[in-house]
Amino acid sequence: MSARFRVSRSARGEVESHFDDFDVELESGATVLDALLQIKRRHDPSLVVRHSCMHASCGTCGVRVNGREVLACDTKVAWLPAGKPIEVEPLANQRLVADLATDMVDFYARYEPVGMPLVRGAGVKAEVDAGIELPEGVKSFGRFENCIECGLCLSACPVARTSGEFIGPAALAAAARVVAEPRGRELAPVLALAAEPDSVWRCRDAMACTAVCPSAVDPARALSTLRRHVAANGLKRFLGRGA
Amino acid sequence: MTVEPGARVDAPEPLTRVDAPEPSAPESGAPHVLIIGGGGTGGALAHDLTLRGLRVTVVERGEITSGTTGRHHGLLHSGARYATTDRASAVDCSAENKILRRICPGSFEENDGLYVAITDEDAAYEKEFLDGCWQSAVPAKRVEREAALRMEPGLNAAMQFAVQVPDATMDAMRVPLRFFATARRHGAEIKPFTEVIALTMAGRTVGGVKVRDHAAGRDYEIGADIVVNAAGPWVGKVAALAGVNVPVVASPGVMVAVRGRHCNMVVSRLHSPADGDIVLPQRALTVVGTSSWIADDPDDLRVPADHVEMVVRESAALVPAIARAEIRAVWAAARPLIGEVGGKKRRSPRRVARADAAGHGAGEAATGPGAGSGAGPATEPAGRNLAREMRCFDHATDAAPIEGFVTVAGGKATTLRAMAEATADVICAKLGLVRPCQTVDYVLLPHTAWYSE
Ligand SMILES: Cc1cc2nc3c(=O)[nH]c(=O)nc-3n(C[C@H](O)[C@H](O)[C@H](O)COP(=O)(O)OP(=O)(O)OC[C@H]3O[C@@H](n4cnc5c(N)ncnc54)[C@H](O)[C@@H]3O)c2cc1C
Ligand code: SF4
Ligand code: FES
Repeated sequence: MSARFRVSRSARGEVESHFDDFDVELESGATVLDALLQIKRRHDPSLVVRHSCMHASCGTCGVRVNGREVLACDTKVAWLPAGKPIEVEPLANQRLVADLATDMVDFYARYEPVGMPLVRGAGVKAEVDAGIELPEGVKSFGRFENCIECGLCLSACPVARTSGEFIGPAALAAAARVVAEPRGRELAPVLALAAEPDSVWRCRDAMACTAVCPSAVDPARALSTLRRHVAANGLKRFLGRGA
Repeated sequence: MTVEPGARVDAPEPLTRVDAPEPSAPESGAPHVLIIGGGGTGGALAHDLTLRGLRVTVVERGEITSGTTGRHHGLLHSGARYATTDRASAVDCSAENKILRRICPGSFEENDGLYVAITDEDAAYEKEFLDGCWQSAVPAKRVEREAALRMEPGLNAAMQFAVQVPDATMDAMRVPLRFFATARRHGAEIKPFTEVIALTMAGRTVGGVKVRDHAAGRDYEIGADIVVNAAGPWVGKVAALAGVNVPVVASPGVMVAVRGRHCNMVVSRLHSPADGDIVLPQRALTVVGTSSWIADDPDDLRVPADHVEMVVRESAALVPAIARAEIRAVWAAARPLIGEVGGKKRRSPRRVARADAAGHGAGEAATGPGAGSGAGPATEPAGRNLAREMRCFDHATDAAPIEGFVTVAGGKATTLRAMAEATADVICAKLGLVRPCQTVDYVLLPHTAWYSE
């Protein structure tokens, strides 16, 4: 399988970017990330691209392919329309390092303060109800949270495009997870964060976040649940009974 | 409790140090160690050396953990896997498993593992396995069939019994990021997208590196008192830049991620380590692996189709749903298999450190399961039984000595801290410094700290 890739290029600190074209020969199951790594190996070793896990789990390889946010490691070249160049650009609404690599600092500046632990209880209750027995010495089964911190949702979000201060879908989805499963955490600070002007109320329900999320987080739905909590908590506080 | 808008909620895992004061930033006159390779080994070494008061720079040609580290299977080994074949590794894993849970709290799915006996042959292996675990300090306990199926209803119903061990799942990138974040907090400079293209030499001494910053599109030099080659399967290529021969071949293995979480515990086959015998839950995926072959170029890891079939088939013998699950991703990661010439196989961090510091040992031929046949990709096509231990080469003890240059490779992600300790001991001895390792009790910053400014 051969394909032409049109890849966005820019050096660190450069404002302007341009496209470079590369014709690559690929095996049938190849992903966009395979293609980019082949471009690095065979055509241009200077191409800057982020990757780590190769299986949609680390969240580093987010790019825009033909204008849509995807994980490069999770997108087969064969799925893309044949016969026209495949355009690859860095994620939007984030600082650029160079070429296809973005700096996740702004993403984490919003995400980290929510304080969602990496590991959740895997709905253990439901499993115990279903007859699952815990191994001796294991207090509860845990599993990593779904969100892989890839930033695709922030890139796709139309509100983030116009309002740089918007806390963004991933952080709000994380806040919703903390509210749903507090694991001993104090909820008031999280609800306060969510109640800020640049938080839940900024969302315009465009649903772009949920459409691009590669990890079934469904930030749009999490956000609307959170909004109800924030509203309820605001009312309780008004009545002097809230957190 | 109310909080000012914009206030930061406390991070769940604050940096705490169990028994010693915060390290001060290294003095400007402190020796400078440059580490080539931003994998788990490079990250853990940077952390160890900054705690010992050294100045550290890490250069990584791509994103941090873009080599083997980010793509490994994700098993925090209990040691059980090596209990019958490689006692030294089993003991190391058992110790490091406990240490990592302590210094990286919140980074593991701590659901334990089951070694499952399916055939009579598997069942007959139980005694040897339990003995091996016992002798390697790996807690292991027999679980009868019915109880095992209540813990993991997705197991092959034809199973006979299982053995429970403290395996866990780790996030292959986020554990090393905690080492990088903490090292940087203590003054280490960490430079992704920065590739070493030459070593700067003064006679037979390495004095630093010449790098290409791919993001800025420029080349420059960095001076160092010691340069450490921690380039994983690329160590041979980097050593060649100094005219040093580190005989290494890349031995990739295939991993397959299928949709659906088909178990909560790590499920392995109760037999001597083989292909496709580990089933690991991870988020909403199940990751199965692995295999091994020999590749000419660690950058060109094309996945053989028959390996994918084999890995799926073997792992479905443990958890049948895997055979029907949709495959989400297929990839390969490469181990460095290092030949014997000039290599010192690691027994325990302290022992190797002493041997190397005394100026011998690194030049000795290794012994053990990998010796003799270990260097030979021609004689050993699969490489499964070759030693996976860490090797640390002080090239000052090579037949043609090179000063200021150390190579470290091998080991496992589970033992990254111990590898770093052993290597840092060698480095301190070379620099004439007596500085004990302090990483055993040092709770690392959360991975999110890596992305803070
Ligand atoms: C298939 C497979 C499965 C595994 N599964 C597990 C597991 O489940 N559990 C476990 O504990 N261990 C596992 N391991 C082992 C583990 O992955 C490795 O031991 C560990 O990741 C090695 O880390 P490293 O830092 O030494 O090497 P690497 O991660 O490869 O780091 C070396 C780095 O050097 C960089 N580099 C190379 N050349 C240059 C240059 N010229 N300039 C700058 N940088 C350069 C590379 O880009 C790379 O990032 C597995 C290994 C394999 C192969
Ligand atoms: S919510 Fe989804 S798209 Fe957004 S960062 Fe998390 S995984 Fe990525
Ligand atoms: S490389 Fe990890 S998500 Fe794509």
